[in-house]
Amino acid sequence: MNYVIVGSTGSWEVVIGLEVHAQVISKAKLFSGASAHFGSEPNTQVSLVDAAFPGMLPVINRECVDQAIRTGFGLNAQINLVSRFDRKNYFYADLPQGYQISQFTHPIVGKGEIEIELDDGTVKKIGITRLHLEQDAGKSIHDLAPKETCIDLNRSGVALMEIVSEPDMRSPEEAGAYLRKIRAIVRYLGTCDGNMEEGSMRADVNVSVRKPGEKYRTRCELKNINSIRYVMQAIEIEAKRHVEIYENGGEIDQETRLFDVVKGETRTMRSKEDAHDYRYFPDPDLLPLIVEQSHVDHLNATLIELPDAKRNRFQNEYGLSRYDANVLVAEKDIADFFENVAKGRDGRLASNWVTGELFAVLNKKGLSIHDSPVKAEAIGALLDLIGDKTINGKIAKEVFEDMVETGDMPADIVKRKGLRQVTDTGVIDKVIVDILFANADKVEQYKSGKDKLFGFFIGQVMKEMKGKANPVIVNELLKKHLSV
Amino acid sequence: MTDKQKDDALDIKIVQRVAKLSALAVKENELAIYAQDLGGIIHWVEQLNELDVSTVEPMVGAENAKLRMREDKVTDGNCREAVLSNAPERIADFYAVPKVVE
Amino acid sequence: MLTEMTIANAIEGLRQKEFSADELTRDHLKAINLLNNRLNAYITVTEKVALGQAKAADEKLASGDAPMLTGVPLAIKDLFCTKDIPTTAASRILENFIPPYESTVTANLLKDGAVFLGKTNLDEFAMGSGNLNSVFGAVENPWKRKGDDAFLVPGGSSGGSAAAVAARIALGATGTDTGGSIRQPAAYCGITGIKPTYGRCSRWGIIAFASSLDQAGPMAKTVEDCAILLQSMAGFDPKDSTSVDREVPEYRAACNRSLKGLRVGIPKEYCASGMSSEIEAIWQQGIDWLKEAGCEIVDISLPHTKYGLATYYIIAPAEASSNLARYDGVRYGHRVSGNSLDELYANTRGEGFGVEVKRRILMGTYVLSSGYYDAYYLRAQKVRKLIYQDFMNAYEKVDVLLTPTAPSAAFAKDEHQDDPVQMYLNDIFTVPASMAGVPGLALPAGLNKQGLPLGLQLLGRPFDEETLIAVGSAMEKAANFTYKPAIHSGVSL
Repeated sequence: MNYVIVGSTGSWEVVIGLEVHAQVISKAKLFSGASAHFGSEPNTQVSLVDAAFPGMLPVINRECVDQAIRTGFGLNAQINLVSRFDRKNYFYADLPQGYQISQFTHPIVGKGEIEIELDDGTVKKIGITRLHLEQDAGKSIHDLAPKETCIDLNRSGVALMEIVSEPDMRSPEEAGAYLRKIRAIVRYLGTCDGNMEEGSMRADVNVSVRKPGEKYRTRCELKNINSIRYVMQAIEIEAKRHVEIYENGGEIDQETRLFDVVKGETRTMRSKEDAHDYRYFPDPDLLPLIVEQSHVDHLNATLIELPDAKRNRFQNEYGLSRYDANVLVAEKDIADFFENVAKGRDGRLASNWVTGELFAVLNKKGLSIHDSPVKAEAIGALLDLIGDKTINGKIAKEVFEDMVETGDMPADIVKRKGLRQVTDTGVIDKVIVDILFANADKVEQYKSGKDKLFGFFIGQVMKEMKGKANPVIVNELLKKHLSV
Repeated sequence: MTDKQKDDALDIKIVQRVAKLSALAVKENELAIYAQDLGGIIHWVEQLNELDVSTVEPMVGAENAKLRMREDKVTDGNCREAVLSNAPERIADFYAVPKVVE
Repeated sequence: MLTEMTIANAIEGLRQKEFSADELTRDHLKAINLLNNRLNAYITVTEKVALGQAKAADEKLASGDAPMLTGVPLAIKDLFCTKDIPTTAASRILENFIPPYESTVTANLLKDGAVFLGKTNLDEFAMGSGNLNSVFGAVENPWKRKGDDAFLVPGGSSGGSAAAVAARIALGATGTDTGGSIRQPAAYCGITGIKPTYGRCSRWGIIAFASSLDQAGPMAKTVEDCAILLQSMAGFDPKDSTSVDREVPEYRAACNRSLKGLRVGIPKEYCASGMSSEIEAIWQQGIDWLKEAGCEIVDISLPHTKYGLATYYIIAPAEASSNLARYDGVRYGHRVSGNSLDELYANTRGEGFGVEVKRRILMGTYVLSSGYYDAYYLRAQKVRKLIYQDFMNAYEKVDVLLTPTAPSAAFAKDEHQDDPVQMYLNDIFTVPASMAGVPGLALPAGLNKQGLPLGLQLLGRPFDEETLIAVGSAMEKAANFTYKPAIHSGVSL
């Protein structure tokens, strides 16, 4: 099911490439010892290096390098043992040095690829061109003073990973799936928190359109979009703009554009003529970044299990469907929660409870898995009670509701409410005899062929026993009595 | 100005473009002087074209050295007054510049 | 006058209680008061700070626990950031800039007890060969041609430091050398200076000109004094990624090393056409001294020498164009308002920088810009590699190289002003070692017919400053350069 834009001249294909800027999780900044923590008082997390005072020099943070390498593994990419830092020169209010230290010609991570999965189950590979390390800029605040822009340098110098994809995506949906996958990978690895709203992950989108089989046409770059939904909207709007212009005999100019969420349109930010000439050159304050193969191997060996591998393991180890496994591994916290429930228990049952009852509660209450009112251990204990026939599945749902409300452990609830399942055949037998006696007419009808009434008798017995009877035993005994 | 200097002089448009990239206000009457000076220097450094450097690796700085890395520790910052004390203009705890329109 | 002393003598005299640090400092401050109006060697004189430091030094000396430089009055090139003391780089754009930090090199000197007399004049952002490009005005070379009162330049860019040491208004000084800015003014002012190996002294807190070339070093009357100062200035600094983690040897001990069997290379390419016969003669004199000291003289070739200057005038401006981008009128320094941020930048920088600095920023931006990068900048980096290899090849055959320091003696303020390229030629002998990152030592070897000092330069293997000091000491003894400039602390104006 290909995504196409149907115009007056036929169908158009959309070509999308993404540049994701992901803020590295580290204590200190990339080239200075100031804190990289988000959300402090203005200009408190700024060293003289970040404010580009005369004579200040950059010294690289080892952890940021390691985080980039870990992310490189997450992208199944080539790790470059030798890389370099370059200066990207331009003047801007929140760029104190007058240049950004980045990696232009020799990035730390080279080619890789990731798999994305679409709603219809299609799996597609998206190429990764490179990942490089660079400095984040400060923040310009435009609404504090009438005639001035205020500059806060707290973010200036925080490490960023720029992850560049190949132009391999062909629909807004694919772009969305790609971003979700990148976010899942960096969150799994703990290399970026992936919060697009707070700006710790941002995307630049390159969009062009073409007729099927054509070479690539001119692309436009949409800058700094801060949600997956907006990325998808922006692509759709921009692609339609291209088609419209082409079909009216126009040409697309290569330019940088802004996506206006409110107006639902894109508009020119910088045309090609105004394009910066960044004058990249190797930063003479920094020597080549050389990492030892043994260190890279060590990082690889201690790498956390990534979503794809975890999904495969969940399928094999717990007998889950690919779909269910994908749902569970989408976020590492959910996957971990599931495993705490499932370990040593029936995996499919655990999956059903987590994605069914638990997700329903979380959705209703608007909670994340982290704030779940029911802990994994408690759900596990509930499954154990089902497993050892202390309660049946129906009662279990009642117990679960109680767990959500009270936070009590299931065994305590079963005890408090007297919900223990009745497995005493004598007790059940007596109830069955009473029910059959009171409904002699229906027994007759059943015996003359109205099989469906079996369910009615089950229902009556369970009702009489307040749902606590073991359904298997009820079934067996009832069959015995009715066959007499 | 000699004929040679005139020949070497850079195109004024290039000087303007380079001045813009450098964020330097250059007065009209200085443009021709820079065009001549820069043209002369550029012509002079073109003597490097005599050399065949096709097989030479570029040298950035210190040779045979690699970047030393520091530990991920917060050792700096929290010095707002030091950072702001030299600012020509500040508003509260921010640096201030003429309004930037995006 | 105590200002006549060498640092070595002063250290001894202070410890023998022949005089106090306070007296030594006051003598210098008095001499500065008398001479600085004329010479313009200091931009800022930090009298109060100096007297406070001298007092503290005397207390330390009295306690018997005084580090090497305790009480030694020094001048600091105004390119080193000094905490709470204005630091200008001789530029309007840094007017009123007061660093809240101390450069590593000056911090090392302070830790060793030095007294700072003030900040010395220089070419703006260290860009120049005559100290003519300072917003605070030119520095006058204390030397005069015989029978001629013409204003001679002290060389650049460390012109104020060189003039201060020559005129005896500082016992020693710090300089920085990017393409010859310690060695060439040392030669013009008849003093000694060392440009250490790139990475030997920390660049942290020194206002950057060209990061891959900048290196701090000492300037003083004698080789031994330079060795004493370098001992304190040098060392590993984790705040500078290009600083080298390598032990600092006892430089002073190298002064008395025997030169027997040492191989001294004479690079034929330094015999530039048009070199004055006086320079050639003093070079030959140097060769003879070293022969007598037991050295083996070897003719060698550094084939890419002639391309050094052109390479330098691509690479240094390129780096400078980027290093100077931070002077934008936003966080510190001079600001000229504008209707927009872009206007503010352009006005601030247009007015804040002087002509030579702007010329180099434009040149640097040009050679890095799209379409020119490969033809100029990348090519220059490759030629730089060839120059580096020339030196490495030479050091397989010889231990040290001997060359003239500059192609002429000090020139007058109104000479070679109009053509920048002519001005750049003053650095022809100093630039190649900067490109290769190898250490150099310049010392006075004699006077020319007009009575001006002429210098010789020794170039060594990376991190072998000791051999330069050993050879320099021997040459110093042979040269017995006891001449003094026309203007110095012992004469009345």
